[in-house]
Amino acid sequence: MQIYLPIAEVSVNAFLLLGLGGLVGVLSGMFGVGGGFLITPLLFFIGIPPAVAVATGANQIVASSFSGVLAHFRRRTVDLRMGMVLLVGGLIGAAFGVQVFNQLKAMGQVDLLVQLSYVLFLGVIGTLMLIESLNALRKAGRPPAPRVKRGSRPWIQKLPFKMRFRTSGLYISAIPPLIVGLMVGVLAAIMGVGGGFIMVPAMIYILGMPTKVVIGTSLFQIIFVTAFTTILHATTNYTVDMPLAVLLLIGGVVGAQFGTQLGLRLKAEQLRILLALLVVGVCAKLAADLLIKPAELYSIAVVGGLG
Amino acid sequence: MRLLRFILAILTLTGPAAAEEVVAALSQNRVSITASFDGTEILVFGAIKYERPVSEVAPLDVIITLSGPQEKVVVRRKQRVAGIWVNTNAVEVDRAPSYYAVSTTGPLNNILAATEDLRHKISIPRAIRSVGAPSDVLDAEEFTKALIRIREGDKLYKMQEFETVVFDGTLFRTDFTLPSNLVEGVYTTTIFLTRDKKVVGTFKTFINVRKVGLERWIYNLAHEQPLIYALMSIFIAIAAGWGASAFFRYVKG
Repeated sequence: MQIYLPIAEVSVNAFLLLGLGGLVGVLSGMFGVGGGFLITPLLFFIGIPPAVAVATGANQIVASSFSGVLAHFRRRTVDLRMGMVLLVGGLIGAAFGVQVFNQLKAMGQVDLLVQLSYVLFLGVIGTLMLIESLNALRKAGRPPAPRVKRGSRPWIQKLPFKMRFRTSGLYISAIPPLIVGLMVGVLAAIMGVGGGFIMVPAMIYILGMPTKVVIGTSLFQIIFVTAFTTILHATTNYTVDMPLAVLLLIGGVVGAQFGTQLGLRLKAEQLRILLALLVVGVCAKLAADLLIKPAELYSIAVVGGLG
Repeated sequence: MRLLRFILAILTLTGPAAAEEVVAALSQNRVSITASFDGTEILVFGAIKYERPVSEVAPLDVIITLSGPQEKVVVRRKQRVAGIWVNTNAVEVDRAPSYYAVSTTGPLNNILAATEDLRHKISIPRAIRSVGAPSDVLDAEEFTKALIRIREGDKLYKMQEFETVVFDGTLFRTDFTLPSNLVEGVYTTTIFLTRDKKVVGTFKTFINVRKVGLERWIYNLAHEQPLIYALMSIFIAIAAGWGASAFFRYVKG
């Protein structure tokens, strides 16, 4: 069934969009990532103009994250206090990131910057996670080795403004989460994603939060960052396509419910390996696009209508 | 002298060039883009009016073009820089139709002189206007060629030689397929009559391509009330997220 999208100005198959939304929803619920780093390239691939894909992707992520976070609220796996601190940093960072984005857009190299940041961040984070989780899985078979206590990173302990994050079982300074939120916000705005794939590892490895809490808290923060991004895109570029978003989010919210169930059944180590493989996979695809000679060297961009 | 010139002018006006006239109509003058829009067919049909009997005059050829609204586009080319493929050169094309199709009764080169093509901008390369490339681009024509190649691939530019059919030397018809990825605006159909590679008659008619109904409403809201539109989009997203969550809880009892 073909449907014409009024803002994207193309006709696409409605079931394809439902399926795409569903796939990303499952991942969103499972890993606590918004899925923006997947949905945006997938939308390019089916012929949605990039600007519309980025903006509408953000809107869709609001829905799947909200659906996912409700399931986590019921399981009490959302650290609200931590989420709020991250969010404050995130919004400041996003506002700053949009400025950087517009500057680079004026210089005409924003596509390259976005692709390079994807390859760099996905590559580094994916590889680190993969190594770490493979090690963890290998150790799991043996008698438990003496583990490093969570939250015992000495430099973090020395910082002022300590706060108690009860759900995470942490008593640390508010500065590291604020900085993590800020950096994720900047990157989220530049890369046009929620930033979960950066925040989840940052929460685990920098802040030392337990994996189960990380996912719900990340989703909580992503809702607000992507809602903010949606408003920015809709009011400045007019690129949010509502029918496209509705189709994606119908698939997405259903997928997110399944994803959350699936995530609870898997062990934390397995979950991390899967997420790491996914991140590395997307990174490899994007790197290949940059390195392999494209079939068509030329590309067209419409600057404006002449009536 | 002045009288002579006047008579000459009258003669050239009413001479062989005005011996034939063309009239035509379209199967539809309005294309409405609805949610289920998936492209459409446009049938162009018409007749050639002769001053003298058809058997006494040299045969005519018919060229029909259908052009979408003109746009300004930038064509970029990738080059390998430090191992990765990056957009380096760009050429701005001042005017390029968003859609362009040419349907003819024969090979375009055989029925239209290059000078006439230049004047009437009939063939696809002539329908595109590109003036001046930046000084660092020496092969600007490669960029317009690429534009045509990409748009032909997207079925937006089409050369339909031999697809105009003439019956009894007077009636003619052709079909155009408008794809689903249409740009809104006024589409122009032009019919050219040619003889000995020269244009001897033209006729123009228009098609209005517009979004209607829900598509129109969404498009207008997004452009005229962007903040309300954005908040509405977020509201729908939150409602759908909550709805799915509530539904799944209900299903599980």
